[in-house]
Amino acid sequence: MSRAGKIARRSFLIGSAAILGGVAFGVYRVKTPYANPLEDGLADGSATFNPWVLIDAEKVTLITPHADKGQGVASAQAALIAEELDIDFGQFEIDFGAPDKAYWNTAMGSEGAPFMSSDESFMAEATRGVMGGAIKLLGMQMTGGSSAMPDSFVKLREAGAMARETLKLAASQKTGVPVAQLKTAGGAVQLPDGTELKYTELAGIAAGLDPVRDVALRDPSEWRLIGHPMQRLDMLAKVTGTQSYGIDLQIDGMVHATVRMNPRQGGALNGYDDSGAKAMPGVKAVLPITGGVAVVADNTWRAFQAADAIEIDWGPAPYPAEQDDHWAEVAASFTKDRLDKTWRDEGDAAAATQNGIEAEYRSPYVAHQPLEPLNAIVRVTDEAVDVWSGQQVPRMLQQIVAKVTGHKPGQVRFHNQFIGGSFGHRLEFEYLKQTAEIAKQMPGTPVKLTYKREEDFAHDFPRHIAMARGKGAVADGKVVAMDLEIAAPSVMSSQMGRAGVPVPGPDMQIVAGAWNNAYALPNLRVRGYRVPELAPVSSWRSVGAAGAGFFFDSFLDELIHQAGADPMEERIRLMGHELSRKVLETVAEMSSWGGELAPGKGRGVAFVESFGVPTAEVVEVTATEDGIRIDKVWVAAEVGQVIDPVNFENLVQGGVIFGLGHAMNSRITYADGMAEQANYWDAEGMRNYQCPEIVVKALENGPKIRGIGEPPVPPAAPALANAIFAATGKRLREMPFNQFVDFV
Amino acid sequence: MRLVVNGTSHEVDVEADMPLLWVLRDEIGLTGTKYGCGVAACGACTVHVGGVAVRSCQMAVGDVDGEITTIEGLGNPQALHAVQAAWAEHQVAQCGYCQSGQIMQAADLLSNIPDPSDADIDEAMSGNLCRCGTYPRIRAAVKTAAAKLQEA
Repeated sequence: MSRAGKIARRSFLIGSAAILGGVAFGVYRVKTPYANPLEDGLADGSATFNPWVLIDAEKVTLITPHADKGQGVASAQAALIAEELDIDFGQFEIDFGAPDKAYWNTAMGSEGAPFMSSDESFMAEATRGVMGGAIKLLGMQMTGGSSAMPDSFVKLREAGAMARETLKLAASQKTGVPVAQLKTAGGAVQLPDGTELKYTELAGIAAGLDPVRDVALRDPSEWRLIGHPMQRLDMLAKVTGTQSYGIDLQIDGMVHATVRMNPRQGGALNGYDDSGAKAMPGVKAVLPITGGVAVVADNTWRAFQAADAIEIDWGPAPYPAEQDDHWAEVAASFTKDRLDKTWRDEGDAAAATQNGIEAEYRSPYVAHQPLEPLNAIVRVTDEAVDVWSGQQVPRMLQQIVAKVTGHKPGQVRFHNQFIGGSFGHRLEFEYLKQTAEIAKQMPGTPVKLTYKREEDFAHDFPRHIAMARGKGAVADGKVVAMDLEIAAPSVMSSQMGRAGVPVPGPDMQIVAGAWNNAYALPNLRVRGYRVPELAPVSSWRSVGAAGAGFFFDSFLDELIHQAGADPMEERIRLMGHELSRKVLETVAEMSSWGGELAPGKGRGVAFVESFGVPTAEVVEVTATEDGIRIDKVWVAAEVGQVIDPVNFENLVQGGVIFGLGHAMNSRITYADGMAEQANYWDAEGMRNYQCPEIVVKALENGPKIRGIGEPPVPPAAPALANAIFAATGKRLREMPFNQFVDFV
Repeated sequence: MRLVVNGTSHEVDVEADMPLLWVLRDEIGLTGTKYGCGVAACGACTVHVGGVAVRSCQMAVGDVDGEITTIEGLGNPQALHAVQAAWAEHQVAQCGYCQSGQIMQAADLLSNIPDPSDADIDEAMSGNLCRCGTYPRIRAAVKTAAAKLQEA
């Protein structure tokens, strides 16, 4: 595997001398742009100005390489280009593009830097720059970590502006009118006399020009699209059943497959009896693959039926068989030799918390379970491998599939698809490896693999489990000290391990959402402990912050109540970061915090910063005779710049619902090495009848644009737990909460 | 066996116990109806049979006793049904995978209860899971569609 293939993703850089050494490749290589992949095989008369804009005589195509799994990023990327290109929605097509280094994620590296997002010091900024350069040298194309907008915000506007100026130059050559007298709007260059030359008419001339690179971006006051409500490009298709997802795609000659993998994940396949299955209607083949069995049939349901009819002897799990043993391993990891890193150490937290308040918290395994089950279509021939699927790391996908089929990565043609939800699930590669293994055994035949829901649950690679032990102290009505220890397996190590990529250094995700909150407690220590890998785990929407944010904020809430202080006022008093303080003040104002509540009601506030977004939520509940009812939620988040306020609100509300729903009722537990939860009734998240009103406000005071996909999730669970405490006096220290209280 | 789907007759040669969902998707090629759970726990497969919302993953094709309407037959991008128009107006969808089922369920609700209360919406829509959490917009869109249909 190439060097680029060995290194990847989110936190791999942290503390890695090897990668820091990577910048020795030099500034020149970091600054030189990659070749434009759209130039390969460009038809006569077609023009491309950069990797994101392609125009021919027929149409304008905008390339939107970030995978759209529902967050609306295809529209948002197009809007950034269109803003400067002066073209309207409805006048262009979009395409996800082919995997290419040119689409490297310019924001991924900087968020992996081991500095708090609120730290704008020279050292922090310099390190972020270095890490961004390393990501570029690796050509790491990836959607994740709420990074699509930070990655795209400047470069896609520049792409649009370059194309616009080059088209103006083409119009000038065609008409003799000086560029300075030309304007652009609605996908056309306008001459002073009002004549319009459509971009498509100018493609032929523009194709012969060097793209204009020296462009200035417009002042925000001139924006037509950014910051305004937009009709998402996928909306009409998604409300009429005409949006094609990977699972819907039909390729000529395609067969339908499904798999049964060892539910003791990673365990061996000892043997199987497929005599019954082979005789079932429509079954074409039963094939062994690594760690399981595949059925190939002429229809998805027939494949499912036959797969269920195979009798299989599975080997044991390579991790503890029982859930209690997982917890025991985590509990045994608060030791010196498992200390991963001390992330915060201010004042003297050890001394200040002696004889202090103590509490222990737990966060369970939680499955992703987007509604579109995992699926892929793969066709293998001698010359190439075609892959049709939705996935978030296209260039790594090429390498991994190529390894299975024996091709070169460049021979793998990946056709990315709209995705019916991910929450981290489509960062995985196992379903692609499995489809490739089947397709390799059927050369030339497109094989569509569809997971049965139960199989998807069994192999979800859930969010990692974690525990926290907190000690704290209060004095004179104030919180004066917190010492928080968090133990968890390394999600990055587990996830990247499956992709064959070693991850050096401490794992920031063990403590994400805890260490980076910009509180200025006089005595604060946050330490992460690394638990040896247990069940395989992966990034779950907001990753470490979903658990660690719950620990930190809940324990802070306990201390505030112990001090007799107001939960909102004390958080604001302790906050050491202006942008974060403003977020808390805003949510206090939105919710009219401090007013009288009706009997039985309680309110909780939580603040968690994740992915550079300080986010505060207030949850109001009522303790009814039948259980807890969630009445209303207020959310404030600092993102620097909102692209589309409607989509923003939708994503924030969805993030809150995701956070609340799973905190209420969802976990994965293991018995006999297998997940005990098999379908949505075991772990369903929130239903419509439970959904509160959710009021959202975006703050745009910060200097950097941030992504909003994940940050609304982490504060939801602690805000709910804090509200339940306020309403009932019962402190919930372990998710899911339905172990301890009922919800109506 | 013969099925009438969105007004068109289809001859299909399948086992009587094959769920309607898979007949629609894999045999007839109408993929707007989605597979989510296979056990009637998510509602993504909701279609109308004889004018009533059913979970097509749990209805054996041999038990179908009426004309079938799928999301493709409710309306189309050029001629939206009032529920679809309300969904677009409120920008409901995120990933969109559950929305075919949500819309078919909402259309059924409004044909039975033209002016649903919050409790009616809770009762009718809570079998349809949305993993992205678009519930606030679904609720608003149902109300908009109800108002639009009552005007008509």
